[in-house]
Amino acid sequence: MNKTIITVVGKDTTGIIAKVCTYLAENSINILDISQTIVQGYFNMMMIVDTSKMKHSFAETATALEQLGSEIGVQVKCQREEIFEKMHRI
Amino acid sequence: MININEVIETNSMVSEQTLDVRTITMGINLLECADRDLEVCCKKIYDKITSYARDLVATGNDISREIGIPIVNKRVSVTPIALVGGACCHTPEDYVTIAKTLDRAAKEIGINFLGGYSAIVSKGMTRSDELLIRSIPQAMKETQFICSSINVGSTKTGINMDAVRLMGEIIKETAEATKENDSLGCGKLVVLCNAPDDNPFMAGAFHGVSEADAIINVGVSGPGVVHHALKGIRGESFEVLCETIKKTAFKITRVGQYVAQEASRRLGVPFGIIDLSLAPTPAVGDSVADILCEIGLEKAGAPGTTAALALLNDQVKKGGVMASSYVGGLSGAFIPVSEDQGMIDAVECGALTLEKLEAMTCVCSVGLDMIAIPGETPASTISGIIADEAAIGMVNQKTTAVRIIPVIGKNVGDTVEFGGLLGYAPVQPVNRFSCEAFVNRKGRIPAPIHSFKN
Repeated sequence: MNKTIITVVGKDTTGIIAKVCTYLAENSINILDISQTIVQGYFNMMMIVDTSKMKHSFAETATALEQLGSEIGVQVKCQREEIFEKMHRI
Repeated sequence: MININEVIETNSMVSEQTLDVRTITMGINLLECADRDLEVCCKKIYDKITSYARDLVATGNDISREIGIPIVNKRVSVTPIALVGGACCHTPEDYVTIAKTLDRAAKEIGINFLGGYSAIVSKGMTRSDELLIRSIPQAMKETQFICSSINVGSTKTGINMDAVRLMGEIIKETAEATKENDSLGCGKLVVLCNAPDDNPFMAGAFHGVSEADAIINVGVSGPGVVHHALKGIRGESFEVLCETIKKTAFKITRVGQYVAQEASRRLGVPFGIIDLSLAPTPAVGDSVADILCEIGLEKAGAPGTTAALALLNDQVKKGGVMASSYVGGLSGAFIPVSEDQGMIDAVECGALTLEKLEAMTCVCSVGLDMIAIPGETPASTISGIIADEAAIGMVNQKTTAVRIIPVIGKNVGDTVEFGGLLGYAPVQPVNRFSCEAFVNRKGRIPAPIHSFKN
């Protein structure tokens, strides 16, 4: 399994999760976990996804999600899960 | 599984606390490029660097994209050139030809600095070493990406005072040769004692002869992250303070460790070391001086600064060592003046003097770094400053260095703009009493007694 963390940060609005999830489904990216919270008034969502079957390269997917985010006024970031594992787990 | 708070913590380190990986530096051995023919030697050097490090920049950018953490610099360090050029360089100008070749190679692969225009002369100078040293002013004038370092002493050998005297003159000549750019050449020239073979940071990086054919070394950073963590524990005990620095250093270093392993795997080059460093930049919030203030000083340079820095340096190492499988290089807090907004402010308001900086170098990882002094400072005074720093390094078995810029045409009260990562600096006063008779003695300072431990 190839885990990637997708974070969405911005002002809460209707359909953020729907739009991101639609993109993921269309590109064969499986969602393993979703959580969300509000930090300093901002909507924060984190998804852990499996990118081992995704249709495009990591960079292409990350760019597409960033674009999608800017269309709906939120910041979308894709990062490999390993970097968080390394930093927060011994 | 990773939780959302951990993800938010990591991402705010990048977005608000200027966390980055400062450099991936590929060390490349050039010993096999030695040749009697200068042209052949240059061709071999160019070909080896451009083939080994061809994908360095792209790989660094890919990793950065995938982990969402900036990797600011991609660099190359090479075997000290005085060892490579000995067979074909008969004049300083011949060495400048090699410098230009290195510069072309650096430009071709898209890196921002290449280190290793160096000589190791801690006990004595060969003819080749001296030719390289004498070529430095012209080499710095005619190249853009090359960094030069000269090791003039070590705990085992003592200090080569002939080299120290010569380097005082060379620094002045380099300042003069690059005076159109505020003597910027001196910002890329460092004089070291106990120079490590695996340092990824400029200007002192070179690929030592104890190293493999090629190696990946990574320098981490993160003063902003430490500063932020300390804001949350104001007034707490030293125990809490130290634990907080250690934990933060651990997290920062883990990023470096991951980047180093990934870069090593993707480039097919062995992983060397992580340099556990708090490396500041002129950006606001990326300052080591700010950490010292957060520890409890009104300004860097106030009484207590040396103790606070000693504590900081030690905790960074303690936290970082466990986060990485191999640690090396300079490892510790850097205290450059021009590259750290908090240090610049401290100098400008009179809190931080050259003498206090010298004391601080006794307990941190480098030395007098990126300090602008009046252009008319005599060469012998610069040599005296180098000798003092080298003595601190020699006696305390640590690396020390001098990267000092006598800015031609500028005086105390003026400000010098180096630009980019090198920042800007107020010109600082230097003790006006002479050490000429001391510096003009020939020979070397013997090694201190602790070289007879074995």
